[in-house]
Amino acid sequence: MSVTRETVAKIASLARIRMDDAALDRMAPEFNAILDWVEQLGEVDTSGVEPMTAVIPNTLRLRDDVVDADPLTGGGMRESVLANAPAAEHGFFGVPKVIE
Amino acid sequence: MSDLTDLGVAAIRDGVSSGQFSAREVAEAFNANVAAAQDALNAFIVATPEKALEAADAVDAARAKGEQLGKMAGVPIGMKDLFATKGVQTTAASHILEGFVPEYESTVSANLWRAGAGMLGKLNMDQFAMGSSNETSYFGNVISPWRTSDGGNAALAPGGSSGGSSAAVAARLCPAATGTDTGGSIRQPAAFVGISGIKPTYGRCSRWGVVAFASSLDQAGPMARDVTDCAIMLEAMAGFDPKDATSLNLPVPEWAANLSDDLRGKRVGIPREYRMDGTDPEILASWDQGIEWLKDAGAEVIEVSLPHTKYALPAYYIVAPAEASSNLARYDGVRYGLRDLPQGANLQEMYAATRAAGFGEEVKRRILIGTYVLSAGFYDAYYNQAQRVRTLIARDFEQAFETCDVILAPTTPTASFALGDKVDDPLAMYLNDVFAVPASLAGLPAMSVPAGLNAQGLPLGLQLIGKAFDEQGVLNAGLAIERRAGFTARPDRWW
Repeated sequence: MSVTRETVAKIASLARIRMDDAALDRMAPEFNAILDWVEQLGEVDTSGVEPMTAVIPNTLRLRDDVVDADPLTGGGMRESVLANAPAAEHGFFGVPKVIE
Repeated sequence: MSDLTDLGVAAIRDGVSSGQFSAREVAEAFNANVAAAQDALNAFIVATPEKALEAADAVDAARAKGEQLGKMAGVPIGMKDLFATKGVQTTAASHILEGFVPEYESTVSANLWRAGAGMLGKLNMDQFAMGSSNETSYFGNVISPWRTSDGGNAALAPGGSSGGSSAAVAARLCPAATGTDTGGSIRQPAAFVGISGIKPTYGRCSRWGVVAFASSLDQAGPMARDVTDCAIMLEAMAGFDPKDATSLNLPVPEWAANLSDDLRGKRVGIPREYRMDGTDPEILASWDQGIEWLKDAGAEVIEVSLPHTKYALPAYYIVAPAEASSNLARYDGVRYGLRDLPQGANLQEMYAATRAAGFGEEVKRRILIGTYVLSAGFYDAYYNQAQRVRTLIARDFEQAFETCDVILAPTTPTASFALGDKVDDPLAMYLNDVFAVPASLAGLPAMSVPAGLNAQGLPLGLQLIGKAFDEQGVLNAGLAIERRAGFTARPDRWW
């Protein structure tokens, strides 16, 4: 199966990566080469085989149902959370206007 | 006193502890090597000599007070730039995270500092750990300290993605370094520069604070000059962490104390399917040599079969990009990192512009592949099929381990290559990890140890793959090879 340049453009838009014509021209053949290669997986008979969900058997734990169970990740860290924001204002993340 | 930078982890720790030299002297010696090699090797993105000295002084003070010293006391190390380090820029070698200064410390690095290690700096790497030659870093290529013995001075690849780690350890800029391994990123670079490195069982080392690439595969591990140093450092890095949902709630074994190269009663499996067409004959010869060394250590060697081996790499290049496309969705120009806001752009346009400017070519390629294989209509044919194949690959190993204790294989299909050789051909680059990826997909512990030099004078590595949780079996077989290989070669200092 060959993926068209238009499909790559759509995927790039879904992935929120701006690509100009030159970038799409470059990416489309590489994209197809990689997909052609991974398509050999179709040869493998996987009927009755479950997709892997956990590589090492483990059980999901629940944390204690209390506020601030872990002081680092519990909350109350607004300054730290905003410290690396490109545009923090008044204790919030700043973004371009989204409502006209 | 010989050069302190020739010493490894155990020798430094023991020398500091016995008072042969101070931790500060060690840190100063390595700081000097880091600074002297930066222009030529580009192994570090940021050097932190003051951090190394600060940790060293704390160890010297603790010793003066007669306090108990940690497992890594007085050992300055390099930290791959994938680990969040509080107050020190952490970029994953990307432009999108340039200038990001974490407000928190990763669990693995915090464990190392608590054990008495100090930080020499943040090591260069392939961008977001995507690459096998360290040519995808936004901060420039890392140059291997090795050169071919024929007098050629072509710049060689230190491997990737932990290429800064491998180059720095081989060049004596640090006695050990952290690495991370998603599909071979500890083992392949270790093999390329003639050092040791182990990826433990998935879940041994916490992923909390490690910039995520493919969460079901990412594992941290040590890279050092010998097996003993790897065992010591892995003990310091590993351990249960409630902040990582996939962390193993198991005690950390005393791997270093239990090292033994006596393999009597052990069976070593040789996977038939790893003898692939086109593999470098010197790699195959070194594999045969490894078999003889393990027999000499008392092991019985048997052939095993891992029938789905040829499908591991294509399955990996669906699963890993799929997870990456999801993980890297967080880089949006809002919360941290780069923002590119063209004049008049709306929010969606800002995301797209930011990500276009902030990600390198290989990262974009993988995000796009991942987005495609997860998209409606293709999910089952690609992603689910790859996860089913992954189940079969894990099952292959389970069946092989019914008849053997550890598996011996080459680490890489070739020795190091010149920078530029494969960078324009993604598929050729991906094939570098053909022997490393199966163990990653199965979550198994695996390590590379140096086996010798090829005719060009470049290092070759051998890989040991163990049962889940059996790092000890991997380390012991690695030690058996190390003792018999007697690998002492090191790059001439041309920088």
